[in-house]
Amino acid sequence: MTRWGMAIDLDRCTGCEACVVACAAENNIQTVGEEQAREGRVMHWLRIERYYEGEFPNVRTRFMPVLCQQCGAAPCEPVCPVYATYRNPEGLNAMVYSRCIGTRFCANNCPYTVRVFNWFDAEFPAPLDSQLNPDVSVRPGGVMEKCTFCVQRIQAGKDEAAQEEREVADGDIRTACQQSCPTKAIAFGDLEDPDSEVSKWAESPRAFSLLGDLDTRPGVVYLSGSEWREPAE
Amino acid sequence: MTAASQPSAAVLDGQLLGRLDRRRPGLLVGSLASGALALVFIYCWGYQIANGIGVTGINRPVFWGFYIINFVFWIGISHAGTLISAILRVTKAEWRRPVTRSAEAITLFALAIGGLFPLIHLGRVAIFYYMVPYPNSRMLWPNFRSPLVWDIAAITTYIIGSALYLFLPLIPDAAVMRDRAAAGLRKRFYAVLALGWRGTAQQWHSLEWGIRILAVGIIPVAVSVHTIVSWDFAMTQTPGWKSTIFGPYFVVGAIFSGIAVLMIAMALLRRGLALEHFLTDRVFNNLGLLFVTMSLVWGYFTFAEHLTVWYSGDLFEKNVHHVLLHGDFAVPFWTMVVVNLVIPVAVLSFPRGRRPLPTALVGCGVLVGMWLERFLIVVPALSTPRLAYSIGDYMPSWVELGIMIGAVGVFACLYFTFTQLLPIVSVWEMREGWRHGGSGEAGGATSDAAATSGTAAAPVPGGGGA
Repeated sequence: MTRWGMAIDLDRCTGCEACVVACAAENNIQTVGEEQAREGRVMHWLRIERYYEGEFPNVRTRFMPVLCQQCGAAPCEPVCPVYATYRNPEGLNAMVYSRCIGTRFCANNCPYTVRVFNWFDAEFPAPLDSQLNPDVSVRPGGVMEKCTFCVQRIQAGKDEAAQEEREVADGDIRTACQQSCPTKAIAFGDLEDPDSEVSKWAESPRAFSLLGDLDTRPGVVYLSGSEWREPAE
Repeated sequence: MTAASQPSAAVLDGQLLGRLDRRRPGLLVGSLASGALALVFIYCWGYQIANGIGVTGINRPVFWGFYIINFVFWIGISHAGTLISAILRVTKAEWRRPVTRSAEAITLFALAIGGLFPLIHLGRVAIFYYMVPYPNSRMLWPNFRSPLVWDIAAITTYIIGSALYLFLPLIPDAAVMRDRAAAGLRKRFYAVLALGWRGTAQQWHSLEWGIRILAVGIIPVAVSVHTIVSWDFAMTQTPGWKSTIFGPYFVVGAIFSGIAVLMIAMALLRRGLALEHFLTDRVFNNLGLLFVTMSLVWGYFTFAEHLTVWYSGDLFEKNVHHVLLHGDFAVPFWTMVVVNLVIPVAVLSFPRGRRPLPTALVGCGVLVGMWLERFLIVVPALSTPRLAYSIGDYMPSWVELGIMIGAVGVFACLYFTFTQLLPIVSVWEMREGWRHGGSGEAGGATSDAAATSGTAAAPVPGGGGA
């Protein structure tokens, strides 16, 4: 059985946000514009959180890419009244857009605040429409969405392996954020496969889960060598 | 109570039923004003449906805002009626007689509006029925683990139950109205409502049993409704929400705000419809005592909730607690404490404070306070998420304000219409109070009442023409 997972090495992250851009391009994420962004309605599935340590001028910035943690015990799932979000057999928290009625209960119950909502219908005026990814549906207004671990790439990778009559090999499937990371801070693969890159990273003594004491059993593992583990108060 | 101030049967009929035959300009103005507000409600909701839920001020992380606050608020108000009137009926409190109908009407109309808010709040209201368990070709069911699905079940049950509970005791009065009305549309309207009531002993027997069963049955329903509403919050893992006290806390708050509305409505009805004979000072005194009790219980629950949170020292809980007591939300928080606890106790502890005007004014304060309480439950917890990076803010838009104010108009509109069409004080129950003689507010059978007791055995003749 597969359990898709990701490992993010915070010691390698430079906070360049290439992953954020790649994610938006890959997944047809709506661009909301300045005014809406000011109201707290940016729709990034992946965000770089910045935290500062020390007093000016001796300040150090910490970066933390936060995306859907694809929890094994996800708080968002039981509260959805219509099963628009559920756990699929490969460990993904899947979203069924056509089922979502927009109660936003899932977003309230997400301890990582990674869910984003389509406040209005998406607009992709020409020529933006021609850069849409044909493998990803454009979500209508009133619907919740979030990181899918690039499920369309997972599907394509499996299809390709099936055509070549082989198993999916580690490294076949790369998420958009992983692919675009200049410092190779992101690993993606099967956590159930002990030889996969992501499993080896997850074995690291530097590995930890975000808000681990909630026991949501995230599919995303962070690596950090510093004493700083979680955002300060 | 002296015999001189006793309303006779004629006075009773004249005051409670006769006024329905003529139009009062005050009521007309009220109806028009509330009708205009109702139009605001319809316009704002239409605007939101046409343009998208984004016309509100909600955002990330404050995904729930005024709609959910008002949902909890109106469901709370709905506890004015059915629950209070059921408790009074079950305990056979005689002074309930003039109160019950107006309370039950509040319940039904407040529930109708409260039940609309979760729908207004949806991102895609057109497919709200996905939450309802209906048989379909794809065998898709709602998620019964979700508190929102419990909500639907609880509120639907409560609406049906309280509609029946309002309707059953209305049947004999509707029959009187039918018999009084001249042939025409009005007569047909009352005839439908009266369900062919003729006032036979068998019918009275069935009616009394029906009311008795409903009165007992509706109490657990009412308690469960607000408990389940609280579970929309308490079942999450959100700091500031996950709390075992929320169930009883919400029920207490609901009854508290319910009594507040009842006090205001009764003071207005007493004044506007000249019902001093029926809504006497003693009724206000008794309700005032119940009111101050609920204020104290509410204060105790609030204290218990915040003490345990503060004492736990949990980092994330403390963050929410801090913005509430000392931070951005300190002003509404302490305002709430003053209007919900300090003022009611200071005023209602004294007999002079338990009169119509002071109780109604205290009631207005409590309504504000209970609305603030719901605001302070929804917004601070959401705007203070665990990951400090996402800390947010919330400011309602004009659409949300319009819908909130418009909802009051819809409520007033329904209520005015009701008082125009049907007796807001239950006529047959008042007469029954006389028959029991002496035990009730309107008790102490005068010679007048005794003289009519022959008909009182079957208080509503029901007219042969039915």
